[in-house]
Amino acid sequence: MDSNRNSAPKSAHAASAGGVEPNYLNAHKGIWSWMTTVDHKRLGIMYLVGILTFFAAGGIFALLVRTQLLGKIFGGPGKQDWLFSGDTYNKLFTLHGAVMVFLVIIPSIPASLGNFFLPLMLGAKDVAFPKLNLMSFYVYVLGGCFLLFSILTGAVDTGWTFYTPYSSTTSTSVVSAVMGVFILGFSSILTGVNFIVTIHKMRAPGLTWTRLPLFVWAQYATSLIQVLATPVLAITLMLLAIERTMGVGIFDPKLGGDPVLFQHFFWFYSHPAVYIMILPGFGVISEIITVNSRKQIFGYKAIAMSSVAIAVIGFLVWGHHMFTSGQSELASAVFSFLTFAVAVPTAIKVFSWVATMYGGSIRLNSAMCYALAFLFLFTIGGLTGLFLGSLSVDIHLHDTYFVVAHFHYVMMGGTMTAFVGALHHWWPKMTGRMLSEFWGKVGCFFVFVGFNITFLSQFLLGTKGMPRRYANYLPEFQTLHQISTVGSYLLGLGFLITLIYMIQSLINGEKASKNPWEAMSLEWQTDSPPIEHNFHVQPVVKHGPYEFPEIDHSLARGGH
Amino acid sequence: MNLGFALGHLMAQAANTASWWKPIQASAHASSVDSLFNFIMYLCFFFFVLIIGAMIYFVVKYRRKEGVPIKTSPIKGNHTLEIVWSVIPGILLVIMFAWGFKDWLAIAVVPANAMEVRVTGQKWNWTFTYPKEGIVSPDLVVPAGQTIKLVMTSKDVLHSFYIPDFRIKRDVVPGRYSVLWFDPAEEATHQIFCTEYCGTSHSNMLSKVKVLSSEKYEQWIANGGEEEGGAGGKPIPLAEKGKKLYESRGCVACHSVDGTAKVGPSWKGAYGTAHKFADGSSLASTDENYIRESILVPGAKVVAGYPNVMPSYQGQLNDKQIESIIEYIKSLK
Amino acid sequence: MGEQQSSQAAAAGQHHPKYLAHHFESMEQQNASGKLGMWLFLGQEVLFFSGLFLAYTLARIFYPETFLAAHELLDWKLGALNTIFLLTSSLTMALAVRGAQINSKPTMFWNILATLLLGGAFMVVKYIEYSHKFHDGLLPGHFFDAAKAMHNGHPANIPGAPAIFFAIYFTMTGTHGLHVLIGMLLMLWLLVRINRGDFNSENHVFLENVGLYWHIVDLIWIFLFPLLYLVR
Repeated sequence: MDSNRNSAPKSAHAASAGGVEPNYLNAHKGIWSWMTTVDHKRLGIMYLVGILTFFAAGGIFALLVRTQLLGKIFGGPGKQDWLFSGDTYNKLFTLHGAVMVFLVIIPSIPASLGNFFLPLMLGAKDVAFPKLNLMSFYVYVLGGCFLLFSILTGAVDTGWTFYTPYSSTTSTSVVSAVMGVFILGFSSILTGVNFIVTIHKMRAPGLTWTRLPLFVWAQYATSLIQVLATPVLAITLMLLAIERTMGVGIFDPKLGGDPVLFQHFFWFYSHPAVYIMILPGFGVISEIITVNSRKQIFGYKAIAMSSVAIAVIGFLVWGHHMFTSGQSELASAVFSFLTFAVAVPTAIKVFSWVATMYGGSIRLNSAMCYALAFLFLFTIGGLTGLFLGSLSVDIHLHDTYFVVAHFHYVMMGGTMTAFVGALHHWWPKMTGRMLSEFWGKVGCFFVFVGFNITFLSQFLLGTKGMPRRYANYLPEFQTLHQISTVGSYLLGLGFLITLIYMIQSLINGEKASKNPWEAMSLEWQTDSPPIEHNFHVQPVVKHGPYEFPEIDHSLARGGH
Repeated sequence: MNLGFALGHLMAQAANTASWWKPIQASAHASSVDSLFNFIMYLCFFFFVLIIGAMIYFVVKYRRKEGVPIKTSPIKGNHTLEIVWSVIPGILLVIMFAWGFKDWLAIAVVPANAMEVRVTGQKWNWTFTYPKEGIVSPDLVVPAGQTIKLVMTSKDVLHSFYIPDFRIKRDVVPGRYSVLWFDPAEEATHQIFCTEYCGTSHSNMLSKVKVLSSEKYEQWIANGGEEEGGAGGKPIPLAEKGKKLYESRGCVACHSVDGTAKVGPSWKGAYGTAHKFADGSSLASTDENYIRESILVPGAKVVAGYPNVMPSYQGQLNDKQIESIIEYIKSLK
Repeated sequence: MGEQQSSQAAAAGQHHPKYLAHHFESMEQQNASGKLGMWLFLGQEVLFFSGLFLAYTLARIFYPETFLAAHELLDWKLGALNTIFLLTSSLTMALAVRGAQINSKPTMFWNILATLLLGGAFMVVKYIEYSHKFHDGLLPGHFFDAAKAMHNGHPANIPGAPAIFFAIYFTMTGTHGLHVLIGMLLMLWLLVRINRGDFNSENHVFLENVGLYWHIVDLIWIFLFPLLYLVR
């Protein structure tokens, strides 16, 4: 597994040092050069720092929530609030959800790694609109500030879904939070526009659509959803803000509105948003598994097209969040059917990833460990979705911990595992340093085990009937809750270990070569870290992204 | 692999008693929901073992070994395989959809002979009204063997009415009526939850379904919805009755009886003490009239420092019940 | 046209036009990117407004009688005047783009100025309408003042929920007006750049994009006008 370690990083480094050309990190100096940069790589790094900061904050909120749910350990059952009052608890889970969804998971892979690597993978010097890209970043910061302002002025207690009429009547600072999410939406839209144009117009000579790395395909599908779905969320939240400030009856039945309308509006965005969150993860996994198996991806076209299929069908399933809310029977039936339909392209992807490993030569580095963890966790997340897509079973499980566990398996076990895996995969390219393989695997182990303990127990809580968003609970749920909380501490420990060895790597990590994983896509053909304008000479592409030299073509048509 | 199946089987067998991971099956609908649940669960176990088993097998078998020249298979895809693994899950998914749809249609249509009970959700308690008898109750008391139709609405925000033992749930929406029905078979008590987040005391918005034999139910109706005492039993002191109402009608969600301030002021020592109100006025000594007004028109005089959020109990507590609560507050010195 | 010339130049690898950003290979690529980006943005705009149109539709289904009665309180003559202003401004905008294609600086300058002024005229009329509504208490939500409306000679009882009608009216025309204002700011910037000589037949994608944006703003008004002012 460590054979790549000794594969001549020194000579590669010497070559780039001989070139004298400064890399993107030291081409310009000073904080101002970062604040005003239009370099997609620097913007990617700035997003990454922001996202990881918010991830830490959201994680702390989650740990506080889980600690409350230990229940009163000493002296009696968990019936009573013991650490926080109901109000404080409600704010904590709302902040956890809003920060994680809008500030972490949605921008996670696209804004940080997408910004950094999309142009590199395309052989371009930058994204199509670098200034717009800088603006997106500041819009993101501004949106974050609004959310922060909301926290400082008393926070919100509506849940991240902002359901009306609770959100139009509660006394907490909903308007600034909603405006924050509104603004973040525009950051997401502008990034999406930028990426679509970049993929269409900025590909290097010879880089045809079927030679694109699958990460690029996934980004493409994601960007389409970002551009098409986010405006509807924006207008919904604007209407909610208008309702609150001016007393207009759009969603509040007391003023003549319709509360279920909000749910339609909200999920019309927020279900596709789930695919904004997971599709880039799919892209990352396709890259990590192929590079570390030294094989062509199994069914390139099927995987690429299933991303697009998921993006399209994903627009038509929002009603499966509303089986109990009183939409028409016909609507529920159609949404249920389409929900099952979206499972097919997802299954195709999972099968194809596993099949890719067949006959390969698998290098178990920490990125690959995260990819395997992703397969394990995402498979559980996907399969448990079937319970929720099925009408009669969903009636029982809706708004219980089963749902909580399901989407954490998809969002956290899926997207965040892929994100952390991607950080391990591309870390050498971004920073020019290697990460500790040993500690990488230790961290991965804690994350994996902690995650499963935390959320498997929540599936059982859900089937037992434990509703979500409860500050306390009946005694019969306490054991499972306590197991879950212990798991969450292990999970937190895993991420803490990861943070520590990442900092260590920045300080005195081993220098990385150009291409430590011997990948074939374009981002690995330039220096680590890349020079300011990405490539010394314009690359010309002559083969697909996964045509590794180890592939034994003499075996073709034989033996399989 | 076998462990998974064995575990699943064990879980499926423990159907009629509440297991550590599943509520009891209190109706025919509950068991048919569970059948589909188990069907999906077995399929999930199968596919999970298939996928993760293959993954682990490949990782072990094709793991890179030191000193062995790396040669990998040129395989790029296999149309037959790809079609097989799209079509077979596709068929299974259609079966799951159809099964879920069928069961769900069955609970979407209310049987004709159902007995109707009105349900009102408000922050943070449930009220059940029996339209024929004019009884108002904090618990859903029903006779065994009778189909019950619930006509539900909310006074403030969204709530959701959930009885795990019957596997039924429906959102309760202000400004409209939603309907739910179930078939209580045996005498038992079942938990009711609110499952749509509704604020501060969402997690205390609990109630019970009490399924009685038809004789006991008739008795309960005859007593005007009072459970014990009254006709046959000993009379209960008003204060004690007030304490029961305090616990069952949602007062407990916002008012403490030990002096701590929650959403509303504590009841401890409230009677006979002075209060300042949000509008600047004040009261030298809290009396019966003020308590009564606070129950029926909570917004009239709000104690300074507390939000004006209490819903009115007009029409939900009768005079006798209000008196009981007043006596209870008096008893909290 | 010029694009062909530039692509040949880029292919020859010598002449690097001064308007060509460093990360593009050719003017052709730069212009095509700019246009595709704008079209995507406009798609986003349409979806943004579609949310508002949906809210309008639902409110109208809930309160048909309100919409019928309340639209009488809007002045269709002022609305029609504004429609004429915007349609004319779309024409002058198109002429300005034409000016760029034929390398005529005065054509660009005067037409953009005309567009800007027409946009300004639209906003002035909007201001007159809005201040009239404010004066009469015809406002959204709990700002709606029925007594004031009646006092100012409006029908005593508007059936249904007039507060919602005016909420929809102000939200839709307000959001649209904000877009007009943004368009006018962009045109001020255009005037500066035209004066500086930034645009010619080879490089005018920014001018063209502002034009596309302006046409969309115009188009949305074409829908708003009949839906709000001419309900019948």
